[in-house]
Amino acid sequence: MANPMTASNPVPDIAGMKPILSVEGLTTSFLVDGEWKSVVRDVSFDVMPGETVAIVGESGSGKSVTSLSIMRLLAKATSRIEGKISLNGKNLLQLSDRQMRDVRGNDVAMIFQEPMTSLNPIFTIGRQISEALTCHSSLSPVEARAETIRLLEKVRIPNASSRFDEYPHQFSGGMRQRVMIAMALASRPKLLIADEPTTALDVTIQGQILDLIKVLQEEEGMAVLFITHDMGVVAEVADRTIVMYRGEAVESGSTDDVFHRGQHPYTRALLSAVPRLGSMMDQHWPLRFPIVDIKTGQSSIPTEVADTVDKRKTPILEVKNLTTRFDIRSGLFGRKSGAIHAVENISFDLAQGETLSLVGESGCGKSTTGRSITRLVQPTSGEVVLDGYNVLTLDPTALRNMRKSIQMIFQDPFASLNPRMSVGATISEPFIVHKLGTHKQAQDKAVDLLERVGLSADMLRRYPHEFSGGQRQRIAIARALSLDPKVIVADESVSALDVSIKAQVVNLLLDLQENFNLAFLFISHDMAVVERVSHRVAVMYLGEIVEIGPRAAVFDSPQHAYTKTLMAAVPVPDPARRSMKRNVAVNELKSPVRPVGYVPPVRDYKEVSKGHFVQI
Amino acid sequence: MYTYIGKRLLLAIPTLIIISIFAFSLQKLLPGDPILAMAGEERDPQVLEFLRDKYRLNDPIIYQYFYWVGGVLRGDLGISLRTNQPVLTLIAQKLPVTIQLAVMAMAFALAIGVPIGILAAVKKNTMVDYIANIVALSGLSVPNFWMGIMLILLVSVKLGLLPASGYEPFFSNPLRSLQTMLMPAFVIGLALAATLMRHTRSSMLTVLSADYIRTARAKGVSERAVILEHSFRNALLPIITLTALLFGELLAGAVLTEQIFTIPGFGKLIVDAVFNRDYAVVQGVVLCTGAGFILMNLVADVLYILLNPRMRAAL
Repeated sequence: MANPMTASNPVPDIAGMKPILSVEGLTTSFLVDGEWKSVVRDVSFDVMPGETVAIVGESGSGKSVTSLSIMRLLAKATSRIEGKISLNGKNLLQLSDRQMRDVRGNDVAMIFQEPMTSLNPIFTIGRQISEALTCHSSLSPVEARAETIRLLEKVRIPNASSRFDEYPHQFSGGMRQRVMIAMALASRPKLLIADEPTTALDVTIQGQILDLIKVLQEEEGMAVLFITHDMGVVAEVADRTIVMYRGEAVESGSTDDVFHRGQHPYTRALLSAVPRLGSMMDQHWPLRFPIVDIKTGQSSIPTEVADTVDKRKTPILEVKNLTTRFDIRSGLFGRKSGAIHAVENISFDLAQGETLSLVGESGCGKSTTGRSITRLVQPTSGEVVLDGYNVLTLDPTALRNMRKSIQMIFQDPFASLNPRMSVGATISEPFIVHKLGTHKQAQDKAVDLLERVGLSADMLRRYPHEFSGGQRQRIAIARALSLDPKVIVADESVSALDVSIKAQVVNLLLDLQENFNLAFLFISHDMAVVERVSHRVAVMYLGEIVEIGPRAAVFDSPQHAYTKTLMAAVPVPDPARRSMKRNVAVNELKSPVRPVGYVPPVRDYKEVSKGHFVQI
Repeated sequence: MYTYIGKRLLLAIPTLIIISIFAFSLQKLLPGDPILAMAGEERDPQVLEFLRDKYRLNDPIIYQYFYWVGGVLRGDLGISLRTNQPVLTLIAQKLPVTIQLAVMAMAFALAIGVPIGILAAVKKNTMVDYIANIVALSGLSVPNFWMGIMLILLVSVKLGLLPASGYEPFFSNPLRSLQTMLMPAFVIGLALAATLMRHTRSSMLTVLSADYIRTARAKGVSERAVILEHSFRNALLPIITLTALLFGELLAGAVLTEQIFTIPGFGKLIVDAVFNRDYAVVQGVVLCTGAGFILMNLVADVLYILLNPRMRAAL
């Protein structure tokens, strides 16, 4: 790894200690349409003082409900918690609401997944943290303020005292999560429940927050119950791991045991579906994920994708000096006061049958690049040649025709399908609006495509709400294919999916590439998936491509400092990395907002090996 | 902030111009001739011609518009064709009545609608919620005039507690003034309370399921503070906008209610003016109501910004 890592005091000595949290036979049910439906069944585990226990599982596994049950934060009228939850010897399920309120934020504190929405937008962060202090003790406002500033410093927020009176929107996502942690630490809880605390954060920020939690845990000696779906994060933080599947704890043990000697087929299935950064060392072409049968635990042998790239032909997509800026206006007459330099002078090409990945963190311009190429946003300058079309100069009619050659698949399968259109109508609509044939032909095409994406023809009349996230993403893929495009822009298309579903959808994309000789512009922040699917990779930072080259070259010998930072920050599902710290400085992603009159520096690229260019 | 208010006031100018054109064209669109209405039984052509000349009705219509707008800019809204009083005087007489009625009605609406809305949201899907919804729906569906008449029958005629009708200016006899306005304000307020209650409920429900409310509960904040501070202050934002819009509507007068309780407000003024083809008054009142509405919108937006730190920062 590029960054130095230091090992520190690992697993705490837990022999002879009493558990801080003990959950026995926890069963939580929800009232759904007048019937009680159990979503967590008979889950038992202990958390020792100072220990980190991870609950890992996919969506719907009941991991978050377990944590909310411990906090008793579920709506009373529609939920029922049974079993025994003792915290420090107190049976939480027998406490009155008032007593429980004293436990919350005092003995046990919680941080959540979405730092952007977890803070009240109309109160200053200082007020929100001091509230956690004053509602459990009789601190004076002055004392609370001093203590709050101490907490802000503890979570390493720069200029803590001056930020006391700022509002949540003035903080970035990573900084807000620090504020949440400060709030949780306010009354020195014995147990911190962290429910997917880094899932919504960029990977370099995630590294900082994981480090912070580890450091604070040592300083405060608290136990952490870590809820996550990310096996990489589990391997890095957890002493012990509990695997949940459909409401049940199917496996539990030391993290090392679970990762290397997992008994339950589901554990193995989950682990085999996890993309591992660095697992593609000896592979030449993109590789499918092995799919493990959840019942038997038998794994399929992953097959490599055949060589689909034809380098001799002219590229299907050529991008030269593409720049997209968005003006920021302000003042009485809306004068231009600056611009977001979302995409700044980037060039690349894409061959038929090739996958080029654009990777980077939020605000790096990777999505804007995809939208500029399809002209969903209007680029400022540059040249884009796609399948013979000069994209940036097309009139509206030609633009519509051009879209037959390029289609998009978006991130959120729940928002990208019209809920009032049946699946059949959704898939055949592009075919019909482009007048490619009769309605009968459109229908036949839809049936064919549905089968190709692994769904069945009888689903044609159904509506999106009847499908799971993975199925919906398959429908979105079928829709993108209905015009027989040459290029598909996949904008974070698998990012919102659970690991096992993600593996299947990635395999599907690779199959389709083989069958239709598709070119993919694969936009993603997930380095491990990118490593798996790409022929070539472009790393973007603040609107620019800082490094571009064949996948093996970029991943095996990253040259640019930012590429190295990015790769070092990716959690790897290997328990040997437990208690590693990255020792990265507290910093935030830089903003691509520039003042009026800003002249971007001229960039030069150095070719370090064949086709591998690095910005100097 | 001041830049923003300045910007909004500038934007109000084109809106006011459109309202003025609309108000002015009313007299050409409405059937009937004001001069005939004025002249009454005598239809001596000479008299008619004299009157037409006096009110400049013979000039091209575009000239007439600019005469009027020129007057408006100098603070002269014209002379009522009917009573020969300046329109401005008429409006100045009626406006305080309408404002008093609007303020009192709004006070009732807020005092009833908002707390019940919060209660219904907090007790969602329980008996309390259902009853609140039924009451709100009845409040919306019962016609004002029926409610007004029933109140007069019960409170004034049977119990003799409040005067059945009439008006007393607030500054000459505040108590009496409040007494006479109480019932009409209540009648109007009740209908608005129902609207406000529904909006408060749905706004509160959205906020109550927000992540930051879960955060507040997770830190052990008391339920009372969760609802009144963390939730309500956020839920207030859309309610403010609605309140300002409803208030703007009230400024146009409440014709039926004013009739039943014989209150000399804007509603009565405009109805009389329309029947008498008293265009100067109609134009004046429409312009005045429009300006009031724009003002209330501005007030709503400014309040919205003051309560929302995110918007405050954007300025």
